[in-house]
Amino acid sequence: MSNVPNELKYASTHEWIRDEGDGVYTVGITDHAQELLGDMVFVELPEVGDNVAAGDDCAVAESVKAASDIYAPIAGEIIAVNEELEDSPELVNNDPFGDGWLFKIKADDESEVAGLLDAEGYAASIEED
Amino acid sequence: MAQRTPLYPQHLAAGAKMVDFHGWDMPLNYGSQIEEHHAVRRAVGMFDVSHMTIVDVTGPEAKAYLRHLLANDVAKLQVPGKALYSAMLNENGGVIDDLIVYFFSDVSYRLVVNSATRDKDLQWLEKQAGEFDVAITERTEFAMLAVQGPQAKEKVSVLMSAEQHAQVSELKPFVGVQLDDLFVATTGYTGEAGYEIIIPAEQVGDAWDKLLKAGVHPCGLGARDTLRLEAGMNLYGQDMNEEVSPLAANMAWSVAFEPADRNFVGREALEAQKAAGTEKLIGLVMEEKGVLRAGLKVIVEGGEGVITSGTFSPTLGYSIAMARVPQPVGDTAQVEMRKKMVTVKVVKPSFVRHGKAVVSA
Repeated sequence: MSNVPNELKYASTHEWIRDEGDGVYTVGITDHAQELLGDMVFVELPEVGDNVAAGDDCAVAESVKAASDIYAPIAGEIIAVNEELEDSPELVNNDPFGDGWLFKIKADDESEVAGLLDAEGYAASIEED
Repeated sequence: MAQRTPLYPQHLAAGAKMVDFHGWDMPLNYGSQIEEHHAVRRAVGMFDVSHMTIVDVTGPEAKAYLRHLLANDVAKLQVPGKALYSAMLNENGGVIDDLIVYFFSDVSYRLVVNSATRDKDLQWLEKQAGEFDVAITERTEFAMLAVQGPQAKEKVSVLMSAEQHAQVSELKPFVGVQLDDLFVATTGYTGEAGYEIIIPAEQVGDAWDKLLKAGVHPCGLGARDTLRLEAGMNLYGQDMNEEVSPLAANMAWSVAFEPADRNFVGREALEAQKAAGTEKLIGLVMEEKGVLRAGLKVIVEGGEGVITSGTFSPTLGYSIAMARVPQPVGDTAQVEMRKKMVTVKVVKPSFVRHGKAVVSA
């Protein structure tokens, strides 16, 4: 049903991260998560320069249905946020793994990434829901 | 298992996300509820409302019975087909349901009531019938479609003859007409012009397909809720229930206290409430980011109240809500959102009509 790209890693709380090289990771929410939430109306993003720990609630995706916290999958510094979402929150619905990305994080410890779910593990976790 | 309307296959074919709605398997959306919302405001959309309960009330004392049963007065109805919105109250003046009654003659009326309240409504209708010489007949053989939006008038032509369409085009608001198998009424739950069409269940699939082919956008419960909330229309179970007076639910306009000798169910309780004063249903608008949601605490001058319905308004681009609060109210209210108090503007609970904003944040 939902799209779960193989090349990404996932948190059980429905965030994905993509390795951009140099310890930088892009973070977004999964196709499954956007489907559950429905049409996005506001996305509150962290500030560039914020330092977050793994599991910190650092953003909010507010849809027609509910406001949902988004958790940092790994620890690090926020180095960019997707400013397009200010005017076009629907990007998260239309392209959750692409133009709907939320923020980029510079990892404190890249070994944390290994502890996240791979596509198969995440796909299995959402089938149980 | 949840009940299905005759349009279930059409919903699946249109890619609906189906959800359980009070025991009915209904479409929440067909992809994007915001796009569906805009389709109704800007063009035309259609909703399967076949889950709603249609009840015919007939017999020599149909009129007297309904004048006893309903808070609004069916004696106002003089023209065949004319519709009236009313609350059906209990003895304490609480709202058992809100409904539309159509007048055909003094011995023949049709009620359309909510599906979520079907069982208790039918029980209440039977109980109140008491000594009245009336027959109460649920019409489960019918399906119901709502076609709503500025292009609704043009698009419903695919369901009828040119002559019938001319007749439908002439209909004033809040009136219905029987055209062969179709009962077409200028009613709705969106704040746009449009129709609610009662049609034999076996014909509704074909009607849906024709409308779809004509470019009418399928719309689900999600868009239905944001449209009705923008239009300031109550949702039973949310904005009022058996514990809430119609006077505290922005429904005083639908309570006919005159003539004074009409003793409808709940009248005595309402008169006492009116004398004592009641809470009030107000509108709220919030321009900052965030969405007002049902259940949030609201503080006004008179004290603490609650948001009964809240949403992001796709037409306005910010959040709107209805709240039931003690009086006096004042121009602003405080809402507790995500652990902080936010000041929002108080307005009349009507936000958008005919595609246009009627409030400003």
